[in-house]
Amino acid sequence: MLDKNAIAKRIAREVKDGMYVNLGIGIPTLVANYIPKGINVELQSENGILGMGPFPFEGEEDPDLINAGKQTVTLLPGSSIFDSAMSFGMIRAQKVDLTILGAMEVSENGDIANWKIPGKMVKGMGGAMDLVASAKNIIVAMQHVNKAGESKLLPKCSLPITGLRCIKRIVTELAVVDVLPQGGFKLIERAPGVSVEEIIKATAGKLLVEGDIPEMVID
Amino acid sequence: MINKTVKSAEEAIKDLHDGMTIALGGFGLCGIPENCIAALVKKGVKNLTCISNNAGVDDFGLGLLLQGKQIKKMISSYVGENAEFERQMLSGELIVDLIPQGTLATRLMAAGYGMPAIFTPAGVGTEVAEGKEVRRFKYNGVEKDYLMEYAFEPDFAIVKAWKGDAAGNLVFRLTARNFSPLVAMSGKITVAEVEQMVEPGELQADQIHVPGIYVHRIFQGQKYEKRIEQRTVRKKM
Repeated sequence: MLDKNAIAKRIAREVKDGMYVNLGIGIPTLVANYIPKGINVELQSENGILGMGPFPFEGEEDPDLINAGKQTVTLLPGSSIFDSAMSFGMIRAQKVDLTILGAMEVSENGDIANWKIPGKMVKGMGGAMDLVASAKNIIVAMQHVNKAGESKLLPKCSLPITGLRCIKRIVTELAVVDVLPQGGFKLIERAPGVSVEEIIKATAGKLLVEGDIPEMVID
Repeated sequence: MINKTVKSAEEAIKDLHDGMTIALGGFGLCGIPENCIAALVKKGVKNLTCISNNAGVDDFGLGLLLQGKQIKKMISSYVGENAEFERQMLSGELIVDLIPQGTLATRLMAAGYGMPAIFTPAGVGTEVAEGKEVRRFKYNGVEKDYLMEYAFEPDFAIVKAWKGDAAGNLVFRLTARNFSPLVAMSGKITVAEVEQMVEPGELQADQIHVPGIYVHRIFQGQKYEKRIEQRTVRKKM
């Protein structure tokens, strides 16, 4: 079973040279720490940064320089800053190659729910609906089951939808799972020490298992 | 040159009345018009509809207007950090309209570009789409559904810029830019407070983020706290 950092490490292997990448809050933010050396990417933050760098050293924080999670950040050489309309313009126009975000539920046709739980304080969707509606490649980083032990990979989302038929790949503590274009999940890799049976048990949606399922390569 | 200078925040919002709709720049607490918010608190205007990406924190930003129960309706994309906001929303005192962040930005932009409506895929198939017109377009080789969203038409637009001049030209610093240029474009009356008023000609004409035609009143803010919401640092190795 993978911890949050190992999930981030596995997702970092999906990041290819030359990509513009938008990272959501939570596990996706950790992906930035594991992008392999020699791979040049630019991180986009939807409040208006391309070429976002790491957190600043203590004493070097600038209140005018934050990411979309409102955290203080830095800029890397070659970075640029723009307004929110242009930021979502480049997202809508699919200039951003890869979006990595968290989710509460994903359905077997690629629908995602990640912004609202009925009965709980609703904080808002932020940029999530814009991102999932437009991004050409979206990877979800999440736990396979929720705190109650129920699968988050479902035949149909039970929570309010953020976007329809948009998720291509899911990386959890148990597995890498793809969403097939015709619908249904497909098991791609399993976490070290996790059996195919355990993954089937933790997946409520239809899961295609074909042949031998390799273990994930993390490092 | 047309001189847009006013003396103070109080003068800039002198005809901002109860029940008006105002758009405000800023992302979280970054780039918010601190002086105008203070003046709105002092003036005590009520029943405001506020268009702003966020709603501040309990004791800063738009949270100050919430404390005085001056806001009737918030139109935002994310409102997570504010206990008084939550209380007013759950008790029904405050109407909250949550909309996607890109939709918010583009509806403001549309106002300044003279476009009554825009089409966006954000929110298709979600509760955001309820009651909205859906049109199908082919774009980038793919046919899909788009929601029609209307331009905002706020009575007042209020922003903070880093530098500005008497002509109303504005330059923003780093990510304090965020929604502010779009907000500035959207107002029937646009008020800009700036950290530094400079002499006309000091700002390079080709480096200006918002041309003065969009700005009706400009003044130098008295002071800026520039509070950091999520101070996040790394250790020196």
